[in-house]
Amino acid sequence: MKRLVRWLTVLALSGLAGALLLAIAGLPPAPVRLAGEVAGNLAASGVSHPVTAVLLNFRGYDTFLEVAVLIIALLGMLAAGLPPPPPTGSRNAMLPTLARLAVPLMVLAATYLLWAGAFRPGGAFQAAAVLAAAAVLLHLAEIQAPWPQHARGPRLAIAGGFLLFLAIAAALLVNGGLLRYPPEQAGLLIVLIESGLTVSLAVNLAAFFLLRSSSENGQILRSTAKMGEKP
Amino acid sequence: MTPGLIYAVTGCLLFVLGLGGVLLLKALLRRILAFNLMGSGAFLVLVGLAQRDGTPDPVPQAMVLTGIVVAVAATALALTLARRWHALTGREDIARVGDAGSRKRGRQSERRNTPR
Repeated sequence: MKRLVRWLTVLALSGLAGALLLAIAGLPPAPVRLAGEVAGNLAASGVSHPVTAVLLNFRGYDTFLEVAVLIIALLGMLAAGLPPPPPTGSRNAMLPTLARLAVPLMVLAATYLLWAGAFRPGGAFQAAAVLAAAAVLLHLAEIQAPWPQHARGPRLAIAGGFLLFLAIAAALLVNGGLLRYPPEQAGLLIVLIESGLTVSLAVNLAAFFLLRSSSENGQILRSTAKMGEKP
Repeated sequence: MTPGLIYAVTGCLLFVLGLGGVLLLKALLRRILAFNLMGSGAFLVLVGLAQRDGTPDPVPQAMVLTGIVVAVAATALALTLARRWHALTGREDIARVGDAGSRKRGRQSERRNTPR
């Protein structure tokens, strides 16, 4: 019976794949050329790279809500708590040395990515990903402590980038539209938002990994686990 | 067949492969990975279809960039919940709806009897 259900599922999935491929093959060309629209309005966006222009100007509210989603996910993780990690015990002498060499270069690369985002591929997200990777590397090399449970700094950094974005969005509401930048200040505002976002996203992404090994969280979890077991 | 269309077709296959994983795999970790595969397939379809006539379109690319970050956040949250589930019940998969209650109760009484 189980085997039959399995085969039927595989059969249905094959059918779905075929239907999707047929749908793609028969798709008419798009009625609106968005690429042309973007290219036409690029001069007014404040940046010269089309993807950055879409991310932070034309569809800025998507990016804004995305940062909010990240913070909500982090809140969910903080609320759920994590068990303490198993002791690793295997400490490699190469790793801390390599991390000490690599992390300054990663910070440099992140800064470059942030700056380059205005006119070539790059931007806040890529820069934040590199910074977060640096934090993870430091943690794996046991140079950086796990997520500091009661420290204000990381929380302020995460909230700061989002609040900066929110403040700019709220201030721009007087222009009569959400995130409608005045063209002459657009470049400056985008750089300001991107810098705030880089710090906020980097700490947020790093927290996704570092929260994995917060021992205090583990204690919380163990106590709630005991409570949950009471009949 | 333009490169964009090849990307879109690959994305479709990845999506179906991921969907199969979500439906057929039992272990939570594998299901989360399979769900990520579905997401990657959808991203590939979005980007590939938009440039099937040869010129890249920045709008879907920006949307996919947003989507990737949201997918990372969702995966992190899912992993946290999976670990929490594992810590509470000792299980790495979700029981079927029918026998979830009885199995869980059995496991909990088992746990209560063992000294910690």
